[in-house]
Amino acid sequence: MTSPAPSVVPAPPPKPNALLEYLLRLGDDRLILGHRLSEWCGHGPILEEDIALANVSLDLLGQATILLRMAGEVEGQGRTEDALAYFREATQFRNSQLVELPKGDFAFTIARQFLFDVYDVVLLEALTTSSNTELAAIAAKSLKEARYHVRHSGEWMIKLGDGTEESHRRVQTALDSLWLYTSELFATDAVEDELVRAGVAPDLAGLKPKWEALVRDVLQRATLTASNDVPRPASMRGGRSGAHTEHLGHLLAEMQIVARSHPGATW
Amino acid sequence: MPPEDPAQVAAFEARIANGESIEPKDWMPAKYRRQLVRMMSQHAHSEIVGMLPEGNWITRAPSLRRKISLIAKVQDEAGHGLYIYCGTETLGVDRAELIGQLLDGTAKYSSIFNYPTLSWADIGVIGWFVDGAAIVNQTILAKASYGPYARAMIRVCKEENFHKRQGYEIVATLANGTPAQKAMVQDAVNRWWWPSLMMFGPSDTDSPNTAELIRWKVKRKTNDELRQRFVNLTVPQAMAVNLTLPDADMKYNAETENWEFGEIDWEEFNQVIRGNGPCNRERLDARRKAHDDGAWVREAALAHAARERARQSSEAA
Amino acid sequence: MSSTVINQNVVGAQSETLPADNQWPLWEVFTQSEQGAPHEHAGSLHAVDAEQALQNARDVYSRRGGVISLWVIPSGAITASSPSESGPFFDPGADKAYRHPQFYKVPRGVRGV
Repeated sequence: MTSPAPSVVPAPPPKPNALLEYLLRLGDDRLILGHRLSEWCGHGPILEEDIALANVSLDLLGQATILLRMAGEVEGQGRTEDALAYFREATQFRNSQLVELPKGDFAFTIARQFLFDVYDVVLLEALTTSSNTELAAIAAKSLKEARYHVRHSGEWMIKLGDGTEESHRRVQTALDSLWLYTSELFATDAVEDELVRAGVAPDLAGLKPKWEALVRDVLQRATLTASNDVPRPASMRGGRSGAHTEHLGHLLAEMQIVARSHPGATW
Repeated sequence: MPPEDPAQVAAFEARIANGESIEPKDWMPAKYRRQLVRMMSQHAHSEIVGMLPEGNWITRAPSLRRKISLIAKVQDEAGHGLYIYCGTETLGVDRAELIGQLLDGTAKYSSIFNYPTLSWADIGVIGWFVDGAAIVNQTILAKASYGPYARAMIRVCKEENFHKRQGYEIVATLANGTPAQKAMVQDAVNRWWWPSLMMFGPSDTDSPNTAELIRWKVKRKTNDELRQRFVNLTVPQAMAVNLTLPDADMKYNAETENWEFGEIDWEEFNQVIRGNGPCNRERLDARRKAHDDGAWVREAALAHAARERARQSSEAA
Repeated sequence: MSSTVINQNVVGAQSETLPADNQWPLWEVFTQSEQGAPHEHAGSLHAVDAEQALQNARDVYSRRGGVISLWVIPSGAITASSPSESGPFFDPGADKAYRHPQFYKVPRGVRGV
C-alpha cells in the first residue's frame, strides 16, 4: 500500500531571471579577466607591454562595471555593481572557468587572452543586434575595444609561436592546457535558450565555427597546433552555473577582503 | 679628457641664461650631459619603482571605481618612466644600459618608494603626499633647459594632476567615514609624513651639485624651498579633513607665512638611500624578477621580427 | 647594443643567430590632433616592428584622446639638420626680402593684388 499523496505539490524553485543571469555571465567574465590582467601591473616583460596589458584590463573592468550595474537594475533589489562584485560568494559568480585561471607566464596570459578576445569580438558583433537596446548599445561600444584587444593578443600569439624555441614551447603548452576550457564559452542552457528565443542573445553554438576559423587561422600563422575538441559531458556543470575551479575562491578572497572587512563603508 | 674650450662653454651658458632650450644635437659640456643623464634616469627609475607600492593594492581595491582609477594611475607611472627614459636616450645612452644600472643597484631612485604600503589608506596618502611633492618639483622642471626633459615633464604634469586629486579624494572619504576608516587614514598619515619630507633631499648646504645645476637651469629651486612649499600647501589640506600631522613642533610663522616644522631624521634617510630601508630589497627583487622573467619574451619578439624582415627581403629579391 | 646576424639567403634558416635580449629598437612618434593639423613629434618608444610601434604609440601617446592620426618611424630613419651648420643652412633666408609680398609696391586703390 502506498502512502497518501501530499495534498499540496511543492512548488519548483522560481526560475532565475534569465536576463539577470546573462548579464552576470557577461559582467563576471570581464571583471575576473580584467582582475587577472591587472596582476601584471609593474611586472610586465617590458615597459610598453605593462602599459598595453593595463589598457586591456581597464577596458574589461569598465565593461564589467556597466554590465554589473545593469544586472543590479534588472534584479531590482538595489544591488550596485560594487555590491555584486564584492559581496557575492564564488558559487554565485557566473564567469567562465577560462577567465579565472591564474595568470601563469606571459605565454599563458596571451594565449588565454587571445582565445577570449576572438570569442569577445564574435559575441559582441552578434550582440549589437540584440532586441534589448541597452545591451546592444553596450555591445557596440565594447566591440571597438574588443577589436583592438584581439589585434594585440593575435600579434603576440604569432610572435611567441613563431619566435624562439622557448617561446614556441611555452605558448603551445599554454594552448594545450587552455583548449579544454573553451567549450564552456559556447555551451548553451535554458537561460541562453530563453534569451535566444527573445532575440536578446545570439545562439552561441552558431558563433563557434566563426570563432574556431579565426583562431585556427592565427594559430597556423603562429606555427602552433590546435587541439581537437574535448567536449565536456553535459552533466558537468561549469562556471556559468556557479561550479568554478578552486582558483576563483582565492581570487575573490583577495579582491573582496578590504570591502568585506568594512561592510557598509563608502570608499 | 681635453679641457673644453672656454668660449664654447661661455656661449652655452649664455644660451641658457637667455632662456633658450638645449636640444640633443647641440654642443654641451660633458658635465651637463652627465648630470642630465643622472637626473633624468633617476627620475625614470623612480616612476618605475613607484609602480610597486601602489600596484600592491590593485587586486584589493575596495570598489570598481577605485580599482580602475588605481590601475590607470599605475599605468600613467609606467608611461612617465617611458617618456623620461626616452628623453634620456636622446643623450646617447641606451635604455637597456639604464635599466641595467637600476637592477644592479648602482643607480638611485627616490627614497620614498622603499616604504611599504600597509593598508588601503596608504594609497590615498601616497597620492596626496608623494604625488603632491612630485608636482611641486615637476612643474618647475617643465621649464628645464634641456628640451626633451622639459617636454616630457609638460606631458607628465598634465597627467599628474589627477593623481593627487584621486589620492586626496580617497583620504577625504576615509577621514569622513567609519571610525575604523578614520583610524586607518590617520595611521597612514603618521607613517608617510616624514618620509615624504625626506623626498626633497637633504638641505642644499649639504648638496654639492646645487649651484651648478641652478646655473644650468636643470634645477630651479633649492631642496629646502621646495620642501617648505610642499608643507605650506599640505598643512591646510590636512586640517580641512581633520587629520593631524605627526609633528609636535609644527607651528605657523605669521611673518614668513611658513608652517615651520620639526627636525628631520636624516640618519633614517641615509639608511634608506644606502639600501637599508624597509623595502629596498623587495623593490629591486621585484624589478629584477620582472626583467629576468621577461627576457624570453623580449627575445621572442626580436627573433620573430628578424625572421619577418628576412622573409620580406628574400621575397623582394 | 646587441646586433643581429641572420642568414638572409635561407628563410627559416637552421643557422639563424638569434638577437640577444635588449629593450627593442627605438621609434619616433608623431601625432595629429585634428583634421587639417600637421603631425607633431610626441616622443619615442621601443618596438620590434611597425605594427607593434603603432599599437604602443596608441597606448602610450593617445590614450587620453586628442589624437586622430599616428605616424611611427624608426629613429634611425630620420635625418636632421646639424645645429653647427644652421648658420649657412638657415640664415640666408632672412634677408631675401624679394620672397615677401611687402617688397613689392602696387598703385593704391587697385584691388585683388
